[in-house]
Amino acid sequence: MNGGNHLSNIGSYEKRIKNFNWDIAKDVLDWKDGELLNIGYICSDRICNRGDGEKTALIWEGFGDKSAKYTFNDLRIYSNGFARFLKEEGIEPGDRVCIFMDKIPSLYFSFLGILKLGAIAQPLFSAFGDESLEVRLASAGTKAILTTRKHVRKVRKIQDRLPDLQKIIVVEGDRSKLKDGEIYFDVENSPVVEEFDVYHSEPETPSVLHYTSGTTGQPKGALHVHNSIWGQALTTSWVLDLRDDDIYWCTADPGWVTGTSYGIIGPWSLGATQCVLDSGFTSARWYKFIQDNRITVWYSAPTAIRALMKDGNELVDDFELTSLRFLASVGEPLNAEAVIWSGEVFDGLKFHDSFWQTETGSIMITNYPGMEIRPGSMGKPFPGIKASVLDLVTHEPVNEPGKVGLIAFRPGWPSMFRRYWNKPDIYRSKFVGASGTAMPDELRTNPDLWYVSGDRASIDKDGYYWFVGRDDDVINTGGHLVGPFEIESALVEHEAIAEAAAVGKPDEVNMEVVKAFVTLKPGFEPSDDLELDIMNFIRKRLSPLAMPQEIEYMDKLPKTRSGKIVRRYLKALEWGEEVGDISTLSDE
Amino acid sequence: MDDMKEKVLEYIIDEYLDEDDEDDVSYDSPLISSGIVDSFSMVSLKRFLENKYSIKLSDEEATPEAFDTVDSICRLVSKHLG
Repeated sequence: MNGGNHLSNIGSYEKRIKNFNWDIAKDVLDWKDGELLNIGYICSDRICNRGDGEKTALIWEGFGDKSAKYTFNDLRIYSNGFARFLKEEGIEPGDRVCIFMDKIPSLYFSFLGILKLGAIAQPLFSAFGDESLEVRLASAGTKAILTTRKHVRKVRKIQDRLPDLQKIIVVEGDRSKLKDGEIYFDVENSPVVEEFDVYHSEPETPSVLHYTSGTTGQPKGALHVHNSIWGQALTTSWVLDLRDDDIYWCTADPGWVTGTSYGIIGPWSLGATQCVLDSGFTSARWYKFIQDNRITVWYSAPTAIRALMKDGNELVDDFELTSLRFLASVGEPLNAEAVIWSGEVFDGLKFHDSFWQTETGSIMITNYPGMEIRPGSMGKPFPGIKASVLDLVTHEPVNEPGKVGLIAFRPGWPSMFRRYWNKPDIYRSKFVGASGTAMPDELRTNPDLWYVSGDRASIDKDGYYWFVGRDDDVINTGGHLVGPFEIESALVEHEAIAEAAAVGKPDEVNMEVVKAFVTLKPGFEPSDDLELDIMNFIRKRLSPLAMPQEIEYMDKLPKTRSGKIVRRYLKALEWGEEVGDISTLSDE
Repeated sequence: MDDMKEKVLEYIIDEYLDEDDEDDVSYDSPLISSGIVDSFSMVSLKRFLENKYSIKLSDEEATPEAFDTVDSICRLVSKHLG
């Protein structure tokens, strides 16, 4: 394969650590003070201005024979098109505009267009059902939604309950099937918008709002700002090692943060060519996509890698994959077997695992190009990131190699989320040492605090981090976090269910899948058909990710004496772990 | 076999498609590779087949390829029915 001779962008990790400051990101982008700091502009107009307007920005393939290529100049004019259209529709800076579509080209154009207008892009996973969609649009007070004919039906079901949602815009499909009040806008068949007066955003101007799940309550919107680009650009350069002649593929959907930080902002801020495959997963299709497009750098997820492993080594030999030179992974911990497997089948190339989350906005801990990979390890903190694991009880940094604690970071890196949308108390709760009244701006700039990620790890004697698990009940399935509360709330809306608990259970490919424990209302009996009905009920309301893959009927759920369901107990049983202190469980 | 195909197709249309899409799907339409049924949703489709035909499909058999069309699904189920 194509590895080996290239001197990596990061060079020596140790030297970078010693001489680090975030202004290096400006050098990487050849940034001059006084330039316009707007992500939409930087990823399109700025690349054109430096003379790369005709360079390919996006190689897109859909299901079947559909394919298209777009240059950076195309990105520029189509994002201008969306920006002007939205402006004419009354969208103003600061308004939340949801992008709810599959990975079609308009998703990428509109994302940049929304940012050029100064509005806030709110991408949501298109497989979300109407209830998941409603919760997130209501929380954000979203003013407009950009969607497709395929997904607009879900919007129609909930629009009457969303008073802030003023514009429903359909960007492709048969316009004759739209309902009254819906707007059609096909940017590629609209007049070209050569010029758009891009919003003069400040570093702290909000840019992207990604929703993420927690243990309690409904999902929270993590708000990012235009200044995040320094973290995203520098990590794309140093961790993913992108250079001018690379063909890059990030397999993530922009409904999740990886798909925007590393599927849009990072690569395009550097002027890299990237590929998008909008098609169902099969191993053969993925290998063919790499082969046909001569992909060199591939950023994927453990779930997909394990699914590829499952399909065997012989399939890999059916394809010409020698273009690959660098592989990386994110989403959940990449098991050692998968790292070793990739080295065997991809001619010595091993996946470099990375750790970060919606809130961090960019890669925090990772294995670097040129550095020894310890299979199963998350790697080491990115230069400029002050990381530690904190004692589970005292919240003091752990100094003992191998001792498990909470992964934590000193605040202040550029891509850090600025707040949870309308939830200052929850934001505050993420910081160890915060005063009870501190507001988000104080918290995110206080170098004496620790931002706690919600994950547990240990650090070995050489400084490598080793993931242990979540510190809460959030379920990590297929690399995506699913909140048990959201699932349980939906479960009890089913006519047969009286009470419900949702936990993660181990899964060979997805790390965890959802398992539900339910008690039934009088008049309902457990059956296989009822189980299937409940599964489909959740799949359609929330998402396929949230669908329980197993449902266990119970006479009663374990509760505390105060009546709270004890998920911890159920989860411990699923994982074969010690159930711990159960003295507080009710005897009822 | 034709009756089985009809029932499986009907289930897929009811559960995974919207009314406007019905005409687009037939016995040989790709389901997994087209994205109509994703890998998570395959679990509920597998459960439907197991319940409906009183069979047990192993994870090794329930591959994206085997589940990619109504035709291939019915071939798999038929093997179990003898």
